[in-house]
This record gives sequence, structure tokens and C-alpha cells, in this order.
Amino acid sequence: MIGLYSPGTSVIHRLPVIVKLVGLSGLLILIGVVDTPWFLFGAAVLVVVGILVARVPLPTALRQILPVLWILVLAVPLQIIFTGWLPALMMGGKLVTSVACAALFTMTTQVSALLDATRTLLWPLRRWVNADRIGLLLALTIRCIPVIADIVRDVLEARRARGAERSVRALVVPVVIRSLQTAEELGEALIARGADD
Amino acid sequence: MSTIEFTHVTHRFGERTVLRDIHLTLTERRIGIVGANGSGKSTLARMINGLVTPDEGSVTVAGLDVATRGREVRRQVGFVFTNPDSQIVMPTVREDIAFTLRRHKLTPAVAATRVAATLDRFGLTEYAEHPAHLLSGGQKQLLALAAILVAEPQILVADEPTTLLDARNAQQIAEVLTGLDQQIVVVTHQLDLLVGFDRIIVINEGCLVADDAPKAALRTYRSLLS
Repeated sequence: MIGLYSPGTSVIHRLPVIVKLVGLSGLLILIGVVDTPWFLFGAAVLVVVGILVARVPLPTALRQILPVLWILVLAVPLQIIFTGWLPALMMGGKLVTSVACAALFTMTTQVSALLDATRTLLWPLRRWVNADRIGLLLALTIRCIPVIADIVRDVLEARRARGAERSVRALVVPVVIRSLQTAEELGEALIARGADD
Repeated sequence: MSTIEFTHVTHRFGERTVLRDIHLTLTERRIGIVGANGSGKSTLARMINGLVTPDEGSVTVAGLDVATRGREVRRQVGFVFTNPDSQIVMPTVREDIAFTLRRHKLTPAVAATRVAATLDRFGLTEYAEHPAHLLSGGQKQLLALAAILVAEPQILVADEPTTLLDARNAQQIAEVLTGLDQQIVVVTHQLDLLVGFDRIIVINEGCLVADDAPKAALRTYRSLLS
């Protein structure tokens, strides 16, 4: 979602977001619950077909899965030792398939469309929940990830420049202060743009 | 042009008085506000949009008091901040511009047309689906301007819009600001930005020290600096 959206006109791009959300949730639940290799294989094939049909850039899709592989490098051998090779492979397969499925959703869905879907889904709860606020909260959460990442990178560079690479305080204090400052500025900008109207 | 009126405005942040008894009526099309860091000029600009309300006195825009009718004022007054990263809300360029129109309750087709026209006007069409956080500094500030101007405010307030930009990008933003039909109020340290302005206000330590045509006001500002 953080700049992962890949514009396109494929069937998957054009599917209503609610359908995609329900499909994603359903498939993820089934992947978690159904413990047979054949089902997992089918789900994996379905996701791969989805990626091909959506014609999203393969390198971008692979980049989403790569961080999970690092976790698997550690977790799979441990699983093999303690539970055997089949449960270890199932665990690894489930994780990779789930992440790929979520990546397919983010690469074919714009945040604004997700906000509209959130508003629609929360419509029955409108007496108790402000759907616009929840949608905005989701958008800001997604938007703030690269902002915080930039802050952390800047602070790490500054820390290195001052020769304080090992100081946790030299990392945490500036990151917290700058994050709060950014949050305040963002709040002001939201008011200025009429987000609370 | 709308009338922006400051009536004996005083404002404090804690113990510090940042604005003292400011009395101004602004009706010109191009208004510049200059002053040293911490002089109170940004607070003055924020009051036009109702982001800050005065402790004493009042600020009105087209007859609307910013303290009591802030929402109506903000529909007429757009505000551009120094750091565009702080005001980009949505992940892609098109979505961020469209975000401003959500409160306008336009039909999706009308909103899409206005967004497309704004993207085109600011030369951002080729970046429409681009992640906003990956744009260059100048492009981000252009996006920030575009996202405000898509709502067609009557007044645009810009708080040091070129401070974080290099000379080339600053020039580009200056050209965009100069070409606007709206009444604009620009807070800046970069005096080049104020060429062709109708009126310059100089603030020093919270007080109005000059309010004049550019030449005379900037002479006062330079003498303050020296």
C-alpha cells in the first residue's frame, strides 16, 4: 500500500474492493485452518495465477515475499527439528502464500478505494462509529510508515556522524521527538485541509 | 478580493507574547509577511486559516470570525506549510489531491475531472499514480499546492513554501504562486519571492514594524537585519 499500488486495468484491479477484501480474508482464514498440503498447493497456485492475471511487476511482488523468507530461514529448521519436515513445510508454505495473497491485494487496490470500502462496511455501525474517521486513520497509518522510516534513517545517519552508533538514547529520543513533531504538523495540515469538517 | 481583518490581536504561547496588538486590514491581491525567526509571522499567517485563534482581539476573513466560524473560513482559505511531507496525507499523488475534495461531496465523475485538470495544471499528470513520498522536494511542494488549490479557495496562505527547496525548485514554486488568480498571503525569508507583490508586512518580536509597498517595507526589514 505504501507506494506498492501498481496501476492496471486487469479483472483483479477492477474487482470491487469489498469482494477483494472478503476474498482475501476468506482465503487467509482457510489457509490458516485447513491443514492439508493439497489445499495449500491449490491456494498457492490461485495466488500465482492472480499475480499473472493482474500483470503486476514480478520484482515488486517478489520484494514483498523476500522479508518473510529471512524469517523462514530461521523458523523452518527449528520446525523440522521439533515437529518434522511436513509441518515445517506447511508452516513455511502458509506464511509465503498468505503474504503473497496480501501483496496481490495491495498491488491492485488504491488506498482511496479501500477507504470507500471501509466506509461502506462500517455503514451499519454508523450510529456508534465514524466511518470517515476510521478510514482516515487507516490512510494515515499507511502514509506514516515511510515518514517514520525516513525519520529513523535520518537519525541513524546523524548518530553515525556524531560517533554514537551504540547509543540507544541517541536513536530513541530524536525519533520520538521528531515523530511527535511530525504528528502535530500532520494534525495541523489535516485541520487546514478541512479533514474535520 | 476578500478582506482579512486583524483587530488588536495579541497572542501568547505560555509566558511568551508572540503577537502584540496587531491591527491590520488586508485587501490586496499579493501580500507578503517577512520577519526574523520567532518574530510571530507564522502565527499571524496561521490565524488567517483559523489554525491559531487570538488570545485577545479578533481575526475575520470576509466577515467571518476565525474563532467561531473556523470551518467556514477554512473553506475559503487554503494553507500551504513549509514542509510538504507534513501535509501529504495519501500514498499516491492522485489520491492526495482527491482527498481534499472528499468534503465537497462532488460526484465521482466531477471530482475525477477536477483532479485530472489539477494534475495537468501543475505538471503532475505523469506522476499521478506515483508514491507521493518518493517525489522530489519541489514536486512534493507542487503536490501540496495542487492539493490545496483543487478546492479553489479564495485565499491562499503559504508559510515559507520555498524554505526547504533548492533555487530551481523555489523559482518554480514562485512562478506558480505569481500566476495564481487567488488572493495570496506569503510568509517568507526569501525576498525574491515577493517581487511584484502589492504590500509587505514586517513583523519583529511580535510587533508590526512596517506595513508598506515592497520597496519601503523591505528597506525597513533589511535595516532590522543589519
